[in-house]
Amino acid sequence: MTDTIAEHADQELSKGQTLVEMTDVGKSYGAIRALKGINLTVRAGEVTGVLGDNGAGKSTLIKIISGLHPHNEGSLKVDGKEVHFSSPREALDHGIATVYQDLAVVSLMEVWRNFFLGSEMVSGKLPLASLKIKDMKRIADEELRKMGIVVKDIDQPIGELSGGQRQCVAIARAVYFGARVLILDEPTAALGVKQSGVVLKYTAAARDAGLGVVFITHNPHHAHLVADHFVILKLGQAVLDKRRDEVSLDELTRQMAGGDELTELSHELKRS
Amino acid sequence: MSQTTDKPTLGAHAESSNRVQQPVLNRMLARPEIGALVAAIVIGIFFLIVAPAFRSGDSLFTVLYQSSTIGIVAVGVGMLMIGGEFDLSAGVIVTSAGLFNAMLSYQLGLNLWVGAVTSLLFALFIGFLNGYLVMKTGIASFLITLGTFFVLQGVNLGVTKLVTGSVSTPNINQMDGYGALHAIFASNFDLGSVSVQITVLWWLLFVAISTWVLTRTRIGNWIFAVGGNAASARAVGVPVLKVKVGLFMTVSFLGWFMGMHTLYNFNTLQAGNGVGNEFLYIIAAVVGGTMLTGGYGNAIGVAIGSFIFGMTNLCIVYAGWDPNWFRAFLGVMLLLAVLVNLYVKKLSTSRKVG
Repeated sequence: MTDTIAEHADQELSKGQTLVEMTDVGKSYGAIRALKGINLTVRAGEVTGVLGDNGAGKSTLIKIISGLHPHNEGSLKVDGKEVHFSSPREALDHGIATVYQDLAVVSLMEVWRNFFLGSEMVSGKLPLASLKIKDMKRIADEELRKMGIVVKDIDQPIGELSGGQRQCVAIARAVYFGARVLILDEPTAALGVKQSGVVLKYTAAARDAGLGVVFITHNPHHAHLVADHFVILKLGQAVLDKRRDEVSLDELTRQMAGGDELTELSHELKRS
Repeated sequence: MSQTTDKPTLGAHAESSNRVQQPVLNRMLARPEIGALVAAIVIGIFFLIVAPAFRSGDSLFTVLYQSSTIGIVAVGVGMLMIGGEFDLSAGVIVTSAGLFNAMLSYQLGLNLWVGAVTSLLFALFIGFLNGYLVMKTGIASFLITLGTFFVLQGVNLGVTKLVTGSVSTPNINQMDGYGALHAIFASNFDLGSVSVQITVLWWLLFVAISTWVLTRTRIGNWIFAVGGNAASARAVGVPVLKVKVGLFMTVSFLGWFMGMHTLYNFNTLQAGNGVGNEFLYIIAAVVGGTMLTGGYGNAIGVAIGSFIFGMTNLCIVYAGWDPNWFRAFLGVMLLLAVLVNLYVKKLSTSRKVG
């Protein structure tokens, strides 16, 4: 699997190079402000762990980077150039691939068609040029096997797979197509222990291949295993922004769990 | 993890036991057109028994012609439904396109080719408008095209009455360009002892193109994706707006094509024609295994659906029955088809172990 990532990674990436830079980014949906004053830097060869409780703004944050929703405050720079994505296609063209928590796959379509959706292999430039179906099936099957997913039939509709397997297909796809930046939105939320392990290994492998990785989760244990840099969001704002050597797992867990609020709660719940 | 020998072997032990081919029967049943094919064969045998007049090559080609008059537009409607949308204006746009051509050419004394090409642009514009409104407003295509349907229906009658003083267009068979256009859209030729309408060939050609597009091209992949889950499709970079607008324009192109056939076949048009046909296209598509909710279906299924329509339409007459029963029959077919589709969807979305 490291081969896949290394093969598809942009060869010109050098460790530590800034890929995505968000300065004072904010986003509001009508009267609701989902994000405010976010500063986030994604560097090549690093994993940025974004943590936060439900509704903290994690998903909004990655939807901005991946082009699903444009930001309306601050600046977003990719490779030093100011961008304002109006569609996910533009983000993909910059080598930014995303695994969405809720938008993974089209369940009635075959596994291999899902794998290549939006990035199909074709044999010519004409609009009606034929798909390279054999190659696509072979590659999809190989990539899934590398993740330990063996589907009964690569032609079966993806809706027949279990939730975890579907998530793995989405991850395998992003790893295969994401050349520069890989964004994972709660990749381990629907997975069992073993598959979570595989996903974490993938994340580390992507980092080693020089990609910039954004890892969104509400599991501080998973984040602490792979991330080099942590950002904790609360109510749309960053409440913690530290490097790995500056923060301990305990502190992460405490912040995630609500920090002082939890201490307060434990006092309230204390049996007399 | 940084070495190739360190690949995860998780789950690999289960590989040998998991990797099984699905039984042939299951794979067959999972194809959208199978239900329609079985129905077509059963209905065909039934009519061969009760309608002796059906047992000739001539009747077969008459049935095929009848099927093509619905089938050509149904090809587009089926693709649009796979893409997750409806077009209720598909029936009247056939008449609009024909009227547009006839009146433009006749009133201004233009060559019929000029009228035909202008009419094509007009039809494509209507298709574009349908698609663009659906995508930009987010209103269901059922409502948007219901609006277009009523507007076109009213405009067809109103403008025709205004221009010609009656509800039909003048005969155009003496005008410049008629010969070639008639040959393209409405001629027939002899094949052995039987006469074949050219629309049958056009129909087969469109079905073949549609099959190719849906199963073998990137655009086909996108059509299934936007119908199956538009948000997911957009997230992986599929241009959802372009695909859907393109589908609406495909329907109106095929509507125009059928309008040309009607015009050059009869040389004059009634302004009120075409109303109700939009449902026949949808029935053909659904009977052929297309799912009303989008994301599932194929062109051959839709063609078989159209063939069932053509066969029953004529064979009820061949059998000497009251043709009024035809619609009741179509309704029953539609209900059966929906039940079969529902069953298929359950099969394909229910999780199987492995």
